[in-house]
Amino acid sequence: MKILVCISKTPDTTAKIAFTDNNTKFDVNGVQWIINPYDEWYALVKAIELKEADPSTVIHLVNAGGADADPIIRKALALGGDEAIRVNTDSHDSFYIASQLAEVAKQGSYDLIFTGKETIDYNGSSIGGMIAELMDLPYVSLATKFELSGTKATVTREIEGGEEVCEVELPVVVSAQKGMAEARIPNMRGIMAARTKPLKVVEPVAADSLTTVAGFGLPPAKAGVKLVDAENVDELVRLLHEEAKAI
Amino acid sequence: MSVLIFIDAAEGQVKKASYEALTYGAKIAEQLGVTAEGVVLSNVSEDLASLGKYGVKKIYQVSNDALDHMDAQVYTKVIAQVAEASAATVIVFSNNVDGKAIAPRLSARMKAGLVAGAVALPDTSNGFTVKKNVFSGKAFANISVATPIKVISLSPNAYKIEAGEGTAEVVPFTATVDTPKVKVTNVTKASGEIPLTEAEIVVSAGRGLKGPENWGMVEDLAKVLHAATACSRPVADAHWRPHNEHVGQTGYAIAPNLYIAIGISGAIQHLAGVNRSKVIVVINKDPEAPFFKAADYGIVGDAFDVVPKLTEAIKKIKG
Ligand SMILES: Cc1cc2nc3c(=O)[nH]c(=O)nc-3n(C[C@H](O)[C@H](O)[C@H](O)COP(=O)(O)OP(=O)(O)OC[C@H]3O[C@@H](n4cnc5c(N)ncnc54)[C@H](O)[C@@H]3O)c2cc1C
Ligand SMILES: Nc1ncnc2c1ncn2[C@@H]1O[C@H](COP(=O)(O)O)[C@@H](O)[C@H]1O
Repeated sequence: MKILVCISKTPDTTAKIAFTDNNTKFDVNGVQWIINPYDEWYALVKAIELKEADPSTVIHLVNAGGADADPIIRKALALGGDEAIRVNTDSHDSFYIASQLAEVAKQGSYDLIFTGKETIDYNGSSIGGMIAELMDLPYVSLATKFELSGTKATVTREIEGGEEVCEVELPVVVSAQKGMAEARIPNMRGIMAARTKPLKVVEPVAADSLTTVAGFGLPPAKAGVKLVDAENVDELVRLLHEEAKAI
Repeated sequence: MSVLIFIDAAEGQVKKASYEALTYGAKIAEQLGVTAEGVVLSNVSEDLASLGKYGVKKIYQVSNDALDHMDAQVYTKVIAQVAEASAATVIVFSNNVDGKAIAPRLSARMKAGLVAGAVALPDTSNGFTVKKNVFSGKAFANISVATPIKVISLSPNAYKIEAGEGTAEVVPFTATVDTPKVKVTNVTKASGEIPLTEAEIVVSAGRGLKGPENWGMVEDLAKVLHAATACSRPVADAHWRPHNEHVGQTGYAIAPNLYIAIGISGAIQHLAGVNRSKVIVVINKDPEAPFFKAADYGIVGDAFDVVPKLTEAIKKIKG
């Protein structure tokens, strides 16, 4: 069994969101970078669980990013990947990135490709579906559970107001979200081992970019809270009804 | 040329998010001076022609048992065929569960630039630029799409449904339909509950409620408001509430008209999932709780005292 886990680098969840260069670039000043939580907590840990169940499993990690992604890739290796591939690019276009990841995936003939549900910075929820299409593979998105028996995967995925269980033969692309696995912390042995695990850097293949970011902006600030006395909930209801027209 | 809108349905019922997508897509068609058309891949009990009231002129209906459950691979191929027949230059989805699975595949298949999670109409004054949320709602980005065909998935609750007059011509469409590789074996739906991501009003509670046994008053309040219920992450982690109620940066991102937060401190990761709500009400006993800074209305008080009173007060105006 060969598994590819797509790992992206995102700002820490408490990072200050600001922009530079006339609002065209994210201000990276002082930002701490983390493995995108969905990739780390759910996709990667699920892959590790599958390896624990079948030790012959090989886990490869892939990232499309610059050298500044290496620390988070090492952390992912410390958690449990066997080796990592970084496609050297600074692009943020989903199609371009998916093309690079699909190329790596094709080269490695994986049985299973995991992505996270979405990146918490660009919130595309797109890369997994694009990889699947570029490889003509089935795609199970927003998975909350994943079980394997032989070459058949049983996956539970979210639907509006419920969930759906489905079966699919490998190879398949799966995007992972909460429920798949529980977050882990790397141990000392993993951290030591990660230092010597291979992290291969490859150059991108030719691919199109379909979109560009024209600019960023911040939502308008709230006007400030109107406090209502706890003894006077009728007043809150009146405000919600008459002023905010929300009920 | 057309703007083609994917009409998403489940169990014969067109989803609310699709009415939003229809209204939005019809507005784009008007903007571009082309026709708005729809595509539906399942049997729908609702009279499809009546969807013309949202501005679509024509609806392609593909009927095939293989389309009973959404398989993104199969659906994508079919929608691509319809898109070609309709000469679509813009293809609109809702950025809901199905849209998140299909839109990226279609984008890759047609090499059509995708804007996932749009929150406003495109700006076509100089190219084609669409506003979407980034950084989990903490900021927005304007995305320029350079390809001749564009795919846009519309964020749920970001665009107001508008119905006017009109009927759509419903045309059966014969497409090549593959056998799905993903076989659905079981569907569970909490019946009668309002799906969180579609809800107009959401009542949410956090660790301030002390334990799962105290959620009765939250559910009572939700009931009088026809609201969905949600919770903070530690509440879901402790299994006080199911995972599918967890909102925030690592849970659902929602944008209801009204969000009522009870006993939730308002950590930045929580706000990230709910800050697009139009009106936010915070009930917290700590006047220093950070949530008050993000709120429109607030009550400093004990939830166990305030929430039941609030439910009664709402009952009064609802008659
Ligand atoms: C990477 C990362 C991702 C995260 N993602 C999320 C996420 O997606 N969603 C999320 O919610 N959190 C997330 N968190 C956790 C977040 O940081 C907070 O810890 C969490 O939101 C706190 O939940 P809470 O407000 O319910 O609990 P607390 O912080 O414990 O707050 C409880 C509140 O209840 C009030 N209270 C107590 N008793 C009463 C009473 N009787 N009446 C009224 N008020 C009362 C208190 O004053 C307090 O403000 C994330 C954290 C990290 C590090
Ligand atoms: N640059 C990247 N390198 C590797 N994987 C990525 C990259 N960007 C996104 N992904 C994967 O695709 C998922 C969805 O990303 P997105 O479509 O950007 O929301 C993420 O959770 C990652 O698993």
